[in-house]
Amino acid sequence: MKIGAPKETFEGEARVAMTPESALQIQKLGHSCVIETGAGALAGFSDKAYKDAGVEVVKTAAALWKAADVVVKVRQPDATESKRLREGQTLISFFNPAANEAGMEAAKKAGARVIAMEMVPRISRAQKMDALSSMANIAGYRAVIEAGNNFGRFFTGQVTAAGKVPPAKVLVVGAGVAGLAAIGTATSLGAITYAFDVRPEVAEQVESMGAEFVFLDFEEEQADGSTSGGYASVSSPEFREAQLAKFRELAPEIDIVITTALIPNREAPELWTEDMVKAMKPGSVIVDLAAEKGGNCKLTVMDEKIVTDNGVTIIGYTDFPSRMGAQASTLYSNNIRHMLFDLTPEKDGVINHNMEDDVIRGATVTFDKEITFPPPPPKIAAIAAAPKKAKAPELTHEEKAAKEVTEFKQQTKTQVTLLAVGAVLLLGVGLVAPASFMQHFIVFVLAVFVGFQVIWGVAHSLHTPLMAVTNAISSIIILGALMQIGSGSFLVILLAALAVFMTGINIFGGFLVTRRMLAMFQKS
Amino acid sequence: MEFGFTTAAYVVAAVLFILSLGGLSGQESAKRAVWYGIAGMALAVAATIIGPGSGYWLLSLILIAGGGAIGYQLATKVQMTQMPELVAAMHSLVGLAAVFVGLIAHIQIGNVATADPETFGTFAKLIAKKSGVEISILRVELFLGIFIGAVTFTGSVIAYGKLAGKVDSAAKKLPGGHMLNASAAALSLICLVWYFNTGGFFPLFLMTLAALFIGYHLIMGIGGADMPVVVSMLNSYSGWAAAAIGFSLGNDLLIVVGALVGSSGAILSYIMCKAMNRSFVSVILGGFGGAAGPQMAVEGEQVAIDADGVATALNEADSVIIIPGYGMAVAQAQSSVAELVRKLRAKGKNVRFAIHPVAGRLPGHMNVLLAEAKVPYDIVMEMDEINDDFPSTDVAIVIGSNDIVNPAAQDDPNSPIAGMPVLECWKAKQVFVSKRGQGTGYSGIENPLFFKDNTRMFYGDAKASLDTLLPKID
Repeated sequence: MKIGAPKETFEGEARVAMTPESALQIQKLGHSCVIETGAGALAGFSDKAYKDAGVEVVKTAAALWKAADVVVKVRQPDATESKRLREGQTLISFFNPAANEAGMEAAKKAGARVIAMEMVPRISRAQKMDALSSMANIAGYRAVIEAGNNFGRFFTGQVTAAGKVPPAKVLVVGAGVAGLAAIGTATSLGAITYAFDVRPEVAEQVESMGAEFVFLDFEEEQADGSTSGGYASVSSPEFREAQLAKFRELAPEIDIVITTALIPNREAPELWTEDMVKAMKPGSVIVDLAAEKGGNCKLTVMDEKIVTDNGVTIIGYTDFPSRMGAQASTLYSNNIRHMLFDLTPEKDGVINHNMEDDVIRGATVTFDKEITFPPPPPKIAAIAAAPKKAKAPELTHEEKAAKEVTEFKQQTKTQVTLLAVGAVLLLGVGLVAPASFMQHFIVFVLAVFVGFQVIWGVAHSLHTPLMAVTNAISSIIILGALMQIGSGSFLVILLAALAVFMTGINIFGGFLVTRRMLAMFQKS
Repeated sequence: MEFGFTTAAYVVAAVLFILSLGGLSGQESAKRAVWYGIAGMALAVAATIIGPGSGYWLLSLILIAGGGAIGYQLATKVQMTQMPELVAAMHSLVGLAAVFVGLIAHIQIGNVATADPETFGTFAKLIAKKSGVEISILRVELFLGIFIGAVTFTGSVIAYGKLAGKVDSAAKKLPGGHMLNASAAALSLICLVWYFNTGGFFPLFLMTLAALFIGYHLIMGIGGADMPVVVSMLNSYSGWAAAAIGFSLGNDLLIVVGALVGSSGAILSYIMCKAMNRSFVSVILGGFGGAAGPQMAVEGEQVAIDADGVATALNEADSVIIIPGYGMAVAQAQSSVAELVRKLRAKGKNVRFAIHPVAGRLPGHMNVLLAEAKVPYDIVMEMDEINDDFPSTDVAIVIGSNDIVNPAAQDDPNSPIAGMPVLECWKAKQVFVSKRGQGTGYSGIENPLFFKDNTRMFYGDAKASLDTLLPKID
């Protein structure tokens, strides 16, 4: 099959869906590759680099669409591109199927199969194809860089000869992939980073990235992220109030706010209100990664950078990944390559569009003249439901002491009970059994007792030698045979002799092998 | 010789045996402790041979020497990986010896009734002095001795067969399952009553057969990975058999040693069961209990890695924890592992071993294998010592273990192994699993560890994989 990547037609789009590196990998699957001239130029990949990787370079988009059996793209196809789709062709691209009825109709009519990269289900097997995540990661990083670019101070605090510099305080709202990437970038630049998310279960992730999770004083069972495929869902009005109150409290001291809160298929929630912007210090920066969906801050203007009256910069760019063309192309082309890998299970250059496969089925929006969007829910849940953990309450000193006392009492109780039962049993035996038996019985009970005391002290690592040595000494039964070998009939002698012989093996074997083992244990 | 001398020797021997077991609390004191044991045994045997009642002492010495020669051969030739088999085989000998000694005692009781008192040995004289009640107790004691001895014998033989691969190690039961065991036990009980009343040979014989069957069938029904429990249980039984025989012979040393060994085996079994979070009964009755509900579905995929990838990660890592399991013993990979550790340690990395109590087929099996490969014992850690260190570890390498590193034990309350303490290796930054194929572990449970994002599967025979890895560590 021929895999082709056209030049992106969208204004200012720097990404490309195939890099020389990914082309090499795709060729290993048995496919051949073709690219439109100049497709990689904005991302820093020359035609020559592609040619060196064995990729055919064609002059026009029309020629490419004609030549390729599988077209890989970044942005959703425009009207001209949709017309170029033909029967049997596969398109792998972002497609925005939820709001691209026309595109789907066109593809359906043409009989092309379309795989929408944003529809890749969120299961771990499909993570390598999750282009939303890889792009969000870049957006999160770039958001911090853009903020730094527009922020007049250092991120990290410094004490220099020329004076003290306080560290910047960064608040990241929404700890999804982009949010976590932003947190990581901001902390590594040295800023004091706070993060907030409506899903309390991400607090651990946030803290592992070095940021402080902003907890609300709010008692409500939040919807577990696992019910919505790991994405946030809409929160209750009360919760929202508590959240806004917290933000209002934070706003005056925060230098940089990065909002990434998105709810799938909805307008972005307003989290950073106008009065919060007003409360911020001049020179502060807000980067609104939700600008495309209306923004988490209502002052945000999509694709623009504005400065408010009180000197707060609000950045509403939506093309962060494209601003890092080379990196974004590398990651995106890898997502595409992994998708092709799954589409080519035999690695023989033949595409097997397996509609039984959860991932492929989920991402396919048109197939054989039918619209297959929205997909059925995947067979396996994306993320295991977080087990409800009741945090053990911190015990006070008195409670601890009381607990110890009760435990001690409990222990004493069980021990005393055991002793009492044991004593009663012994007495019971003593009442019936003759004295000669009781003599031996006392020895036996004491020996068991000593045995238990001694064996608990044996090191775990010496359990095998312990078994070997107990084995050797349990051959003490040889005494029984030795005592009787001299008395009685031939049968007795024979049995006794056999017993002596066998235990002889055991005694020597057991002790010697123990010695051998113990000699091997060496200190470093 | 005076009777008093023998008793004194027995007291000394008993003390020496206790010291011998107590000395195993540390690696260094253990080297001394084994000599205590040897001295105690030598003293006991010598005192008995020259003591009253025994005869044919030359024959006895020759037999001991003959047995000793075989024992010596076995002990020097045995591979450390074969320790479980050896231990099981030796248990069977003790069990059989107990059966024989018990039978002799039975014959003696019979002789006392008929023969001339002048020709009696010590034991017979002892019997002759006994009252009716005492004789009855004696019968119960020797009956128990033979019963436990017989169970130990066939059980150990089967355990040996399973460990040595001569018997299929899967759990197998005859049709009828535990009912067969129960009826055999009931039969033995009937025989006990019968024997108690008549003192005839036939009920004893019948019981021996029943006990032999129980030993066989019980152990056939227990799978390979439960062998640590089985072997320690048999160890315990061999001790109780000796103690029961000691009662019937009226020999305190036998009782003391039997009780020591019995309790030692019982404690080992207890530790092993606790490490698997299963009750002793459920292990002995065989098989894992049914899952309490639908198990958590495992999602994701197992990602393979080659030797180069592992080598790169190891070269970059500062701290490494290796988790060996039975697979390492099967592949005889311990010396390759040791070599790897030496190389890594030479580069100043912090390399340690994490040993789960039930890793391998014998309590402490892994420790012995690693000691054989000259891994210093102070870097070999127990589970409790090392479990908290995984989050700060760069690389965890799992070699041939499965259930003991299964996160389902903690995460999935419906898993058959839920609640079993496990090594939390998935908390390390990266986990490599050396494994032969994609199969499940002994318990047949899918291991979510293999599907985790930070886990890479290093497929292949453990030894072969490690040998390809070794030259790549620089």
